[in-house]
Amino acid sequence: MFEHAFMQRALAAALGIGVVCGALGFFVVLRRLAFVGVGISHAAIGGVALGLLLGVPPLLAGGVFGVGVALGISTLGRRSRLGQDTVIGVFFSGAMALGLALASAGRGGQQDLFAYLFGNVLAIGPAELAWLLVLALVVAGGLVATFRAQLFLAFDEELASAYGHPVGALDALLLVLLALTVVIGVRLVGVLLVEALLVVPAATAALWATHYRARLALSVGLGAAACAAGLALAWQLDLAVGATVALVAVAGFFASLALRRS
Amino acid sequence: MSGEAVVRVEGVRVERDGRLVLEGITFEVAPGAFVGVIGPNGAGKTTLLRAILGLVPLAAGRIEVLGRPSAERASRGNGIGYVPQRHAFPPDFPANALDVVRLGRLHQRDGRRRERLAAEEALARVGIAALARRPVGRLSGGEQRRVTLAQALCASSKLLILDEPTVGLDLPAEQEFYALVRRLQDELGLSVIAVSHDLLALAGEADHLVCINRRMHIHGQPEHVIHSHALREAYSCEFDFLAGEIAHHERHASEAKRNEAERGSS
Repeated sequence: MFEHAFMQRALAAALGIGVVCGALGFFVVLRRLAFVGVGISHAAIGGVALGLLLGVPPLLAGGVFGVGVALGISTLGRRSRLGQDTVIGVFFSGAMALGLALASAGRGGQQDLFAYLFGNVLAIGPAELAWLLVLALVVAGGLVATFRAQLFLAFDEELASAYGHPVGALDALLLVLLALTVVIGVRLVGVLLVEALLVVPAATAALWATHYRARLALSVGLGAAACAAGLALAWQLDLAVGATVALVAVAGFFASLALRRS
Repeated sequence: MSGEAVVRVEGVRVERDGRLVLEGITFEVAPGAFVGVIGPNGAGKTTLLRAILGLVPLAAGRIEVLGRPSAERASRGNGIGYVPQRHAFPPDFPANALDVVRLGRLHQRDGRRRERLAAEEALARVGIAALARRPVGRLSGGEQRRVTLAQALCASSKLLILDEPTVGLDLPAEQEFYALVRRLQDELGLSVIAVSHDLLALAGEADHLVCINRRMHIHGQPEHVIHSHALREAYSCEFDFLAGEIAHHERHASEAKRNEAERGSS
């Protein structure tokens, strides 16, 4: 199946997406940011619909929207008394409603929007693949540069702040990286299932590894493996790629859970 | 005030959401001194520590730590080791004791090798070098407290700030902890500021007590503070029984110190 050029591109994209989602998912699970991931990914729908409407590349518009929402969640979540989950609920519903309203206006290209809701990695072109891999490198670079400070933040935010770490900026950076990762992941599994890649491989790794290095490595490996195996399985069984990737990851989680309990 | 104070707090006032939390707080910490901050629940003790750390803005007054204003973020953490109020580490946190201690020195950016050596030395100083590779979430409460103390030592060897450091520990573990702090103070010449709801424990350990209840009621040597009318006013109750209780506490504490000294020298 991988003799076709489009399948080779899809595999490269899937592996890149799996690695980045697995790496960022380590912090999503550690800092219990799963709902933030849901909020940002669903908010990106508003940006994608706006991009389709205005003729701007939808992933670029979705990315800008996602980053804006991430910064909004980070800033308001810290400054207001409402709590981060409430702030996410407001941004998430507002941005998604905007996306659906624009799509229902008939000028947003409903069919195109569906491709972003559910992913369409087989249609990825060489230029888009290059952009995705560049974006993946940017996210990986951001994580590598701040990894231990982010780990400190996850351990104890006040302590990190007392030692002079810029916790507000680090938190905002992590959410921006999360928004960029959502944009990367949307091409494979779509907005609605990108959360699976952000949470499930890292959650599976947490069942097996007690040290952060092993957990991170396992999360990255499982993310890449789920994406590649899901792509191959979807091709063989003629299923939707995004859903198959998510199902493979979830199956790995429940298999691990069963093995760890036995 | 003397020129060489490690911490100088002058006329500090802190407000939160327009509500007064602290006012008129003035005291200083001399090099090598152990200062205990006491007061009833809600007195603003933790807020005072956070103000010293530069984590809350001052509405009035100033705080200098090691000669620099505490509000400067660039100087935050320089020379200070902080043990925050904590009940337990997250049980599934994916790091061992050595990793956590090393994080205390991360802001100094002095290289991974130095960082590791400093962390190993700090773990040895608090007597848990053998636990360096254990996941932190699986350590006992007393061991976790030693890890946070080692982290603070790894960060600094000048000033230790302890917020309710013995909460959740039983009496022998509490006395062991304070004996350990005292030994480290003697070995390293540390200055210590500790906040505790446990008046007895701090009165038995500190060289100097600062009693606050939003404003400062009294500061001075423990025996002076304990018998003062201002203490009763701050707590709104009688403390006559304290003299006998403190003598009893001190007997147990000196026993713990002897044990700790023997442990340190062996």
